[in-house]
Amino acid sequence: MSRTEISAAGRMQTFARNPAMLALFMGLALAGCANKKNLPNSAGELGLNNATPGSTQDFTVNVGDRIFFDTDSTSIRADAAATLDKQAQWLQRYSNYAITVEGHADERGTREYNLALGARRATSTKQYLVSRGVPANRIRTISYGKEKPVAVCDDISCWSQNRRAVTVLGGAGM
Amino acid sequence: MLRRTFLHTAAGLTGVAATVSPAWALVEININKGNVEPLPIAVTDFIAGGDLGQRITDVIAADLKRSGLFAPVNKQAFIEKISNPDQPPRFEDWKVINAQALVTGRVAQEGGRLRAEFRLWDTFAGQQMTGQQFYTQPENWRRVAHIIADAIYERITGEKGYFDTRIVYVAESGPKNARKRQLAIMDQDGANARALTNSNELVLTPRFSPSRQEITYMSFEGQQPRVYLLQLETGQREVVGNFPGMTFAPRFSPDGQRVIMSLQQEGNANIYTMDLRSRTTTRLTSTAAIDTAPSYSPDGNRIVFESDRGGRQQLYVMNADGSGQTRISFGDGSYSTPVWSPRGDLIAFTKQSGGKFSIGVMKTDGSGERILTSGFHNEGPTWAPNGRVLMFFRQPAGSGGPQLFSIDLTGYNEQQIQTASYASDPAWSPLLE
Repeated sequence: MSRTEISAAGRMQTFARNPAMLALFMGLALAGCANKKNLPNSAGELGLNNATPGSTQDFTVNVGDRIFFDTDSTSIRADAAATLDKQAQWLQRYSNYAITVEGHADERGTREYNLALGARRATSTKQYLVSRGVPANRIRTISYGKEKPVAVCDDISCWSQNRRAVTVLGGAGM
Repeated sequence: MLRRTFLHTAAGLTGVAATVSPAWALVEININKGNVEPLPIAVTDFIAGGDLGQRITDVIAADLKRSGLFAPVNKQAFIEKISNPDQPPRFEDWKVINAQALVTGRVAQEGGRLRAEFRLWDTFAGQQMTGQQFYTQPENWRRVAHIIADAIYERITGEKGYFDTRIVYVAESGPKNARKRQLAIMDQDGANARALTNSNELVLTPRFSPSRQEITYMSFEGQQPRVYLLQLETGQREVVGNFPGMTFAPRFSPDGQRVIMSLQQEGNANIYTMDLRSRTTTRLTSTAAIDTAPSYSPDGNRIVFESDRGGRQQLYVMNADGSGQTRISFGDGSYSTPVWSPRGDLIAFTKQSGGKFSIGVMKTDGSGERILTSGFHNEGPTWAPNGRVLMFFRQPAGSGGPQLFSIDLTGYNEQQIQTASYASDPAWSPLLE
């Protein structure tokens, strides 16, 4: 039970760094208030998504496919660890998936260094997943450096969303 | 493809050779003096049947003006109308409008070939400084103009020019979070731009070979980030080496026989070279750090690179065999993308400090650091082949895209290079053959 609560908290922090997810979460929170219910632990619990368990959508929405990093850091933060714990559980349940971990950097660095920094982030993410029981031979890594930002404004709120590692089911995607 | 002969002194000026030494002439620019007052120069329309003479002289005047060392005199002020470029001009007519140098010339089509000739005059000394004649294909008229501009630049400054050169770069289009990138090539003044790749793959950091019509670059083709070679004439591509991970940050050695690059393995990036003939690879660094952006000295004996082995990114120099790795940058902030000057005397770099990205230069031992331009984001300098001008890209804050700029070593003459789309990662070619 405590495990579940930690996961939910971790996901809240994760959502808070992703505007789309944040909007979804806010919507759910409002719905919860209107119905005088407790906050849901996931979109799935409210029945607002019909993701098939074990599907890509299930992984992306209900587990969370990405973690975030501090500036110039490759350390797995506590909120990121919570997300990766859920990813590891899910990947052990659905053991047919190979994954690619994509490492990314924000734009406040030079191109070559950011390619290497993204690779470091992907590697530290992979190592964490392996430490939680995901076989290393199911995990491929790739770095996109600063070349594929998801947020495009020019302040810290955007840069923090771009410093990320995204777990993609199947081969390298995007 | 292009033949050059020197023109002897025009009639009436006996005894002054076309290759007169700089000491004889009054017109001279010393580009080591810092902020140079541009030299007034009159570039007259070359005599021609159609408008080709004017088009050529417009390109020459634009090159000279962009260098920051010359101030072309407005044609409206000209008094003498040059009708026979073989005859000495009326120097008084040019002195009175303060044109210290004068360019005259002629262009003609002869049997399917283009013949272009020019003479450079020192108006105050009343002398011809140089005269040259070229034969080439008509479609090469812009190159002829650049070659003439280089000859003028060299004759007056004593330094090799850099106008008959090209830039390879990454043309960017589309929104920032779905940017499309193509390798592209253009003349150094932005003309004759064309794409070298047309697919949707991510391509980065193209660099010219010093000896062949070839570039090396990084591509994410097939989701396998690797260093490639591209033959410019045939379009043939190949992966450089058979490395077990991402290879990136490629550059050629000065003799064009090796590619130096980084190999990413787990969290570490180390520097390798591959000999393009024997295909043998050599590892040069071996740390748990990010060692990348290597660049050879022009004699090939040393390599400058960036590493975060000491915490933040700093510049290091090592011998070509990887020995003697020594840190050279010690200022505030972090340093990256070092590039050794083709003259051998300076290293250009990107510096991150106080929330700004700057382009600067330092001596090869790290002393004498000078910042040339600073702002939200300036990155990735490349040297003109004469080591006097740098090009780099500038990314504005927000959702826009990068543009190319050049700046000379004084830091005073910054110019935007006009491109049809966003552009980044410029690399300057050697002087064309």
